[in-house]
Amino acid sequence: MEGNVVLKMRNIHKIFPGVHALQGVDFTLRKGEIHALMGENGAGKSTLIKVLTGVYGKEDGEIFLDGTEGAVAIHSPQDAQNMGISTVYQEITLCPNLTVAENMFIARTKGAVQNWKKMNADTDRILESLQIPARASQQLGTCSLAVQQMIAIARAVDMECKVLILDEPTSSLDEQEVEKLFKLMRDLRAKGVGIIFVTHFLEQVYEVCDRITVMRDGKLVGEYEIEKLPRVQLVSKMLGKEVDDLSDIKSEVKTFDAGKDAVPVLEAEGLVSNAGIKPFDFHINKGEVNGFTGLLGSGRSECVRAIFGADRVTGGKVRMGGRDVKIAKPLDAMKNGIAYLPEDRKVDGIVGDLSVRDNIILAQQVLKGFFKPFSRAEANKVADEYIKLLNIKTASKDTPIKSLSGGNQQKVILARWLFTHPEYLILDEPTRGIDVGTKVDIQKLVLKLASEGMSVTFISSELDEMLRTCSRLIVMRDRKAVGELTGDDLNQGTVMSTIAGGDK
Amino acid sequence: MANSENARTSSAGFLKNLVRNQCFIPIAALLLLAVFNLIADPSFFRITLGYNSAGNPVLSGFIIDIINNGSELAILAIGMTLVTAASGGQDISVGAAIAIAGSVILRVLCGGNARPETLQAPIIVAFLVACVVAMLFGAFNGILVAYFKIQPMIATLILYTAGRSIAAWINNNELPVISDPKFAYFGGFIPGIPIPTPCFIAVACMIVIGIVLKMTNLRLYTQAVGINQSSSKLNGLNPELIKVLAFVILGLCVAVAGLIKVSRVSSINYSVIAKDIEMDAILAVALGGNALSGGKFNMTASIIGAFVIQCLTTTLYKFGVSSTALPAYKAVVVILLVVVSAPTVREYLNKITQKMKLSKEVA
Amino acid sequence: MKRKMAVLLTGAMVMATLAGCGGGEAAPAAETAAPAADEAPAAEEAPAEEAPAAEEAPEEAEAEAPAASGELITVGIINNDPSESGYRTANDADLKAAFTEENGYSASFAYGNPAVGNANEDQVKAAQQFIQDGVDYLLLSAADTAGWDTVLQDAQAAGVEVILFDRTIDADESLYAASIVSDMDKEGETAVNWLADQGLETYNIIHLQGQMGSAAQQGRTKALDEKVAAEANWNMVEQQTASWNAENAQQIVQSVISSGKEFNVIYAENDDMAKGAVAALDAANISHGVGKDVIVMGFDCNKWALEELLAGNWNYDGQCNPFQSSYIDDVIKTLESGGTPAEKVIIMEEKGFDAETITQEDVDTYGI
Repeated sequence: MEGNVVLKMRNIHKIFPGVHALQGVDFTLRKGEIHALMGENGAGKSTLIKVLTGVYGKEDGEIFLDGTEGAVAIHSPQDAQNMGISTVYQEITLCPNLTVAENMFIARTKGAVQNWKKMNADTDRILESLQIPARASQQLGTCSLAVQQMIAIARAVDMECKVLILDEPTSSLDEQEVEKLFKLMRDLRAKGVGIIFVTHFLEQVYEVCDRITVMRDGKLVGEYEIEKLPRVQLVSKMLGKEVDDLSDIKSEVKTFDAGKDAVPVLEAEGLVSNAGIKPFDFHINKGEVNGFTGLLGSGRSECVRAIFGADRVTGGKVRMGGRDVKIAKPLDAMKNGIAYLPEDRKVDGIVGDLSVRDNIILAQQVLKGFFKPFSRAEANKVADEYIKLLNIKTASKDTPIKSLSGGNQQKVILARWLFTHPEYLILDEPTRGIDVGTKVDIQKLVLKLASEGMSVTFISSELDEMLRTCSRLIVMRDRKAVGELTGDDLNQGTVMSTIAGGDK
Repeated sequence: MANSENARTSSAGFLKNLVRNQCFIPIAALLLLAVFNLIADPSFFRITLGYNSAGNPVLSGFIIDIINNGSELAILAIGMTLVTAASGGQDISVGAAIAIAGSVILRVLCGGNARPETLQAPIIVAFLVACVVAMLFGAFNGILVAYFKIQPMIATLILYTAGRSIAAWINNNELPVISDPKFAYFGGFIPGIPIPTPCFIAVACMIVIGIVLKMTNLRLYTQAVGINQSSSKLNGLNPELIKVLAFVILGLCVAVAGLIKVSRVSSINYSVIAKDIEMDAILAVALGGNALSGGKFNMTASIIGAFVIQCLTTTLYKFGVSSTALPAYKAVVVILLVVVSAPTVREYLNKITQKMKLSKEVA
Repeated sequence: MKRKMAVLLTGAMVMATLAGCGGGEAAPAAETAAPAADEAPAAEEAPAEEAPAAEEAPEEAEAEAPAASGELITVGIINNDPSESGYRTANDADLKAAFTEENGYSASFAYGNPAVGNANEDQVKAAQQFIQDGVDYLLLSAADTAGWDTVLQDAQAAGVEVILFDRTIDADESLYAASIVSDMDKEGETAVNWLADQGLETYNIIHLQGQMGSAAQQGRTKALDEKVAAEANWNMVEQQTASWNAENAQQIVQSVISSGKEFNVIYAENDDMAKGAVAALDAANISHGVGKDVIVMGFDCNKWALEELLAGNWNYDGQCNPFQSSYIDDVIKTLESGGTPAEKVIIMEEKGFDAETITQEDVDTYGI
């Protein structure tokens, strides 16, 4: 293989039933570099990693490794490890109740006899060489998360890996711990290890990486040297929007008149929850549609969850209609006329085994109270009404919701919240994973509701949708609200540069 | 011609609906036992009106025995169904809790004297105290399950092991005996009424739970929490509270069953009273076709399931099968149930029925 | 209230300290005995002759220790769960009343409870603890008959005398000093003989058995089974285990009544089951008791059962004597004075009460 290349993947194809997940992706890793692999949800980066580590087989393509003639065949994670490809996952997969040394050498010794003394000595030597603050005889569970993460890396490095894959290693670490981890990564880079770094934190990419490979929709977008790819370019490549083709959509944007007749429905000040977001300010007026935007993991869902009381609120003030309210749990929010369609439909939205009817009435029923159930006739009437209104395709209102298609499930959840006649509706990714027709329906509905005086917060991964529906965007980066865009600023270029931050 | 065709499809549809109905399995089991008894000895169904030693009219016969002796189990099945639905687990401490409730009733009635001449407190007071105590123990179990996230079987294991000792401790290890004949009414007969009182109590419990399910959202809330806790929470429910509520209702059922149990013999034996009844109660829920992993439930099916178990017990007694062998027969029932409701078997049966349909169409 | 608690607590602590002293000072006695026992196998020439000598050694050592210092005799009592039955409750109360400091004993109690764990294993653990603590006597009512050899050998090695009460075990007789038991076979025989004396034309019997396999069930069943097999006019209408449970007994008798079978004797192996049977009879208006249609027989002599006898509602109740403490006390006194009990197995006197002859005095004396 030419020069200092340690890993080369060529024309990788992977097909899942119904999805062409990887469409001829190339990837090259050189010795002694930290290489970021970037992409939004569904871009195919985890699929690529899993093909590389032998978790998935591939339909087509070749993988070359330094030191091996010809293409290599990786059939299992064990194969990958033997070839010097090690992976450290976000969740630590070591055993917390064993010692550091035991974790380092677990399942690596051949034969039944173990020289404990040597094992401890070796471990201490490795820890020292990598400057990891832990002792061999210490129980792993007593180390901090960052140190555990480092030990997992040390274990991988000690197995003489040439390629080290770090899959979102920083998401549960605080800033200081991230610093320590980066130091270790730089040390390893100096030792000639090739590191693939998967993360959604832009700042971290620009802090530690040498090169970036961007993927989108199962395809390779390109490989770039870090200095030659400004942040805004990176964001635009990830989202698939050119910075230049901006204002054509802008004309569609209905600017909300924030003039004298603006009536604030909800105002939040310094709101913060236990989900790891920085305190943020927020407000929405009557009849307004606004949105949270940002990359995946930027904290946009966490913000609306804090407003709804879905996560534990740890600070901040909320006023509704001018008076202070306390929203500690979802029921408080509901009583104040807030409705929330959650991001993960399967986990947080549907009650799978219950009928479409019960799913529609659920929230309003809870509001009405334990001792005042809707009669069967009332419930049927409501269900029929909303099935017709939203054009929900279901065999009957007695059908369990889990047997409906994703789009129709989403409509049922929407019906559930509309039935509570909210003043303020929060829609978190209402269009994810549903067909195009339904997407358009939902966007139209949002605008219609707003025109009738409802306030709506809309979150979507698709910038187009946001720009088409929202008159104001709050931009999130790395769990922090970093900007607010209205009017003329509502174009792709500005949004992306705000998401990217730093230089423009 | 067309008419007969219609009739056939509609009758097939009816059959299909019947088989799909959750009550089908327990009713089928009940019918199976009935047919078996009818063939083996039709006298099984004989009911006679006689007089008891106090000169009051009483009905007797195997059917009466089944309804009478199955009362406690049916009452417990109500609570167990709710606990199963809400928590996705089972309470294995109900037998021990019955010992506690029974012990409390006797303690209040006797006032510390093991063999009182007269009752030291009205029976209703004793019963209410037992209700409170049993509901507190239910709440204890519920809190362990809901707030401390302990597996229900593990959480209730605590009371399962300690309950009978607590029951003995409540009465200072004495074995009180109540001589007042009024106390025996609850487990026996009320003068002038030939139907055993436990039947009335069980029916009353069924009516109460029926009304509660009709007049409140207990069913919707319990099912929602059992199916998807996270989603329920985002819809304003308090899943923890609902789980505790289910356990508290089971506690109430336990107190009622405990009253019947101690009244039957006007006494108590801490180590054997209601022994292994928790397993029967769980079996009743399973027989009713309810998923033991929680979620949707069918109360009627559970109650019928309870009577199936009692019917099995009485049948085996009738044929003189040693009662030590009873658990083995119940095990057979459980195995059959599990096999029939297993997804693989279901799929296989579906395939067969589809094949039959296809061959019919071809013909 | 608080003050009262404090007084109680202090009292309890003083007691605990005293008990601790007793145990502590008895320990050396046990220890001095232990080497003597250890030497026995070491003496290679004549182990057979040496062994008995070694066995005697601890007895002497112990006999001296308390006598010299006027100390309390420490006993470790291993029993079954007192809430198991009225019999066990009475048995436990009797032991607790007898082995007190006033009577010259310092007693510790341990119980095996099948509801909590493996009763026998817990008992074995308790026994080992008692042996370690160096008690003078180990009183044992084992949950299971098997699994005791090792513990008893340990006890012998440590010079702890073992006295079995209530239940025997499968172990060599040399491993314990005495065994005080009820003869369950004899209880059965007494009851069956009494029933035969009633001179009925035919005996149609409902036989309610206890927990299958227990010594009481086996003994009480044996005599009846033999008699039914031997006599042409003795018929077993129903023989079924109700596991000592009143309610099961009620269901079984209900079932017999519903099936219309004729019967005139209820032979229940304990009082609870007899009570359950009677409840079923009452519901079907079948008269029972002295001079009535059905003869009711029970065992264990619960006080309430004897009252039923006195009232003529039942006919017979066989005693299973729970009052073993006086027998045990005798054995210990004998051992302390350097003697050996006349018999290894001491069978307690047990009565059978007839409703026609029972008196209030009997109820008060023998009711448990």
